[in-house]
Amino acid sequence: MADDASQIPVVPETPVRKFNINFGPQHPAAHGVLRLVLELDGEVVERVDPHIGLLHRGTEKLMEYRTYLQDIAYFDRLDYVAPMNQEHAFCLAIERLLGVDVPIRAQLIRVMYCEIGRVLNHLLNVTTQAMDVGALTPPLWGFEEREKLMVFYERACGARLHANYFRPGGVHQDLTESLIDDIGAWAKAFDRPLNDIDKLITGNRIFKQRNVDIGVVTKEQALAWGFSGVMVRGSGIEWDLRRSQPYECYNDLEFDIPIGLNGDCYDRYLCRMQEMRESAKIIIQCVDRLKKTPGPVMTSDNKVAPPRRGEMKRSMEALIHHFKLYTEGFRTPEGEIYASVEAPKGEFGVYLVSNGTNKPYRCKIRAPGFAHLSAMDWMNRGHMLADVSAVLGSLDIVFGEVDR
Amino acid sequence: MSWPATEDQLLTLGEKIIQASHGAVTGASYAFGDLTLTGPADKIVPALTLLRDRFGFQQMIDLTAVDYPDRALRFDVVYHLLSLTQNLRLRLKVQTDEDTPVDTVSGVYPNANWYEREAFDMYGVFFDGHDDLRRILTDYGFHGHPLRKDFPMSGYVELRYDDELKRVVYEPVKSVEYRNWDFQSPWEGADYVLPGDDKAEAK
Repeated sequence: MADDASQIPVVPETPVRKFNINFGPQHPAAHGVLRLVLELDGEVVERVDPHIGLLHRGTEKLMEYRTYLQDIAYFDRLDYVAPMNQEHAFCLAIERLLGVDVPIRAQLIRVMYCEIGRVLNHLLNVTTQAMDVGALTPPLWGFEEREKLMVFYERACGARLHANYFRPGGVHQDLTESLIDDIGAWAKAFDRPLNDIDKLITGNRIFKQRNVDIGVVTKEQALAWGFSGVMVRGSGIEWDLRRSQPYECYNDLEFDIPIGLNGDCYDRYLCRMQEMRESAKIIIQCVDRLKKTPGPVMTSDNKVAPPRRGEMKRSMEALIHHFKLYTEGFRTPEGEIYASVEAPKGEFGVYLVSNGTNKPYRCKIRAPGFAHLSAMDWMNRGHMLADVSAVLGSLDIVFGEVDR
Repeated sequence: MSWPATEDQLLTLGEKIIQASHGAVTGASYAFGDLTLTGPADKIVPALTLLRDRFGFQQMIDLTAVDYPDRALRFDVVYHLLSLTQNLRLRLKVQTDEDTPVDTVSGVYPNANWYEREAFDMYGVFFDGHDDLRRILTDYGFHGHPLRKDFPMSGYVELRYDDELKRVVYEPVKSVEYRNWDFQSPWEGADYVLPGDDKAEAK
């Protein structure tokens, strides 16, 4: 047999070349403006270098030059998929600094709209994650429901997206009875479209092939990399700020927290689907309680919250308060505070440093997506190029909050 | 532990940490429901290692800087930690200036890598031992550190698409300066002389 070896034709060795490719910034699966520099060995990813900041607007700098009330509007523009959840964190920070109490009706409205925000976010994420791996129908179905929710936003505050509805001390305006009824009716009927999406994606062979065992995060990794929200729950850690560090009236509400087992993209998808059902449960409870609890939706402390319009027309005191609030704004006591909420994407925190004036001295926004995106490198190593978009989809990135 | 922790619980914890830290944590205070620790900047790595391993603060939630231009050590570097097992949060602050680097903590909490890049980008705080201290949020080729208090809000350059050159060009900022109102009322001790004030003295 030794002779045969000489007869094998000499094949010139193919030079192996590594590829560097740019993924984005204009790529539909980049979920916005993300530029990934990928180092590939064939089709296997060896290194990922995310270049972020293409949507950097200097929000934190701008906030230092504006009064607290003007700053609330900037929070809508962070995670523009679920705007009110962000405002919530900022309002909580200010309320804790000022020691202001929020009336129960306002708390219920806030919780209800935060859960609407969660559904808005998860509908977008779950369905576009399916689109990232090749399905086009789910986003169309999901956006139909999103549209209805945006109308609820519009009916509460006049804007579909940039709400500016939560204020320190409560919410800007009361909801009408018919709006509360409509939200309740929607939440009760939400099971059907959700089950439709469920039937379409959950058991789908291609969706499973593309997501099961992709982008696995262990418990230890989830902790070390500062993950939060679905990213830790998908890995089996029971941690939800609504339960463990409750704010507003979450303590009085009944809901379950879904936990994943394997920490892969598919488990994170399942968590989000279940969370939407839990959110609908919370919304229904809020609607029931809102019907029973009339009352103010804003604190009566006129040093923080403006007086009602009608009062302003008659009372000199109210007019002065109104004028002072909308020109100078209120002042916060000197000090620093960190307030966080369970936003749909994870822990959204606001670190507020006040020097006793009417503007924040420093406002650091802790966006969950920033920590998640920094893990792109090790999560993708060894995966195929096509898995990058699946992992990115399951991280739930929105660049408004990552780049700030 | 029940949430939120009381002032006593937090301050006791702060005392315990100070005693166990061998000088890596020197002060503990409580305000607005948060526990704030302070320490020397050169011992930040042992301090965070101790907090992670002995006191169970598994996660670093946030790392940022704050600028106080009037101080000799003008920057606060602020670390926010979270313990999932004990349901506690705390804040650790160290001070540094423009030239003195702070040791990187990416060996203790790997997600510090990006947070330190951000603090460097925004404030120009240096982190010693960081493997990749590039800018992260600002533009490629950006100059300056935008979140410093001496950096103007409108920045120094603005860009537009030039139809003749067929590309984006950078130009010095031409827009009107942002009007920074003085909100101090005259009764709160204004330190300027109003026109006409001098006449009162003249008689």
